[in-house]
Amino acid sequence: MTGFARHRRSRLVIGTFTGFEADLLRSLASQIVELLRNEAAVPDESRDPFEAMMDFSGPTTAPEDPVLHRLFPTAYADDEEAAAEFRRFTEGTLRDGKAAAACTIIDGLEEAGLPPELTEDGLMIDVELDEPTAETWMRSFTDIRLALATRLGVEDGDEDRWHALPDDDPRAQAHDIYEWIGWLQETLVEALTA
Amino acid sequence: MSAASPVEVDPTLSPDEITFLAKPWVTIVWNDPVNLMSYVAYVFQKYFGYDKAKAERLMMEVHTDGKSVVSTGTREEMERDVQAMHEYGLWATMERAS
Repeated sequence: MTGFARHRRSRLVIGTFTGFEADLLRSLASQIVELLRNEAAVPDESRDPFEAMMDFSGPTTAPEDPVLHRLFPTAYADDEEAAAEFRRFTEGTLRDGKAAAACTIIDGLEEAGLPPELTEDGLMIDVELDEPTAETWMRSFTDIRLALATRLGVEDGDEDRWHALPDDDPRAQAHDIYEWIGWLQETLVEALTA
Repeated sequence: MSAASPVEVDPTLSPDEITFLAKPWVTIVWNDPVNLMSYVAYVFQKYFGYDKAKAERLMMEVHTDGKSVVSTGTREEMERDVQAMHEYGLWATMERAS
């Protein structure tokens, strides 16, 4: 584990991963893409059917999935109508942006040599990211962490609770991955501000 | 009931104050247990163009007070800011400035 660092001369952000780490990262990014495309961003169907059919804009109600709800929070706390309007005009764009960001991670890893199926032992994957691409990775790491944390029920200052779980508890493993992405993101922020 | 009477515009208002009066909306970023402090400060610098000190002050406000007003402007401007915060994965809402 080395995280990200900025190359002094080229100014590129360099990250080195084992094949296992790169494969894990790809699988997490793929799950984000899947999630964003699964619960389609469709308008409320209880409206007039013709009106609904003629409306190609985004949804007006908050997503049911708690992860999606966290990724697309309600913008107006006390004004349902304004919140619905805001959602209609932004959620589609935000979904596309977040899916595209996750795809940037997948493409980056595969272009750096991660094969479709990881079979080889000892494979190392080196990625070199320019600043906008590094920022896209950083944003997508946030989405991955928000997704994992929402599924796990992470709260402020609850580290002890996770570390007390037995190693073979799937929640402990998921929390380890959550912390690993957090650490990667920390090194990425440091590399970008260096 | 009231009656209109001729008024003069207060000549002591500075352009900044006039702009402020015309911009009654704020963007609020809320604390969450997930986002890294370094990342939140980075976003405030990068998106709003705030210097490091201001970005870190706002980030600490979110962290310790649970929320912080991170920008002020017209309703349209705040909708853009809230959307951008959601793009970065920050939990943001907007409301009329109190």
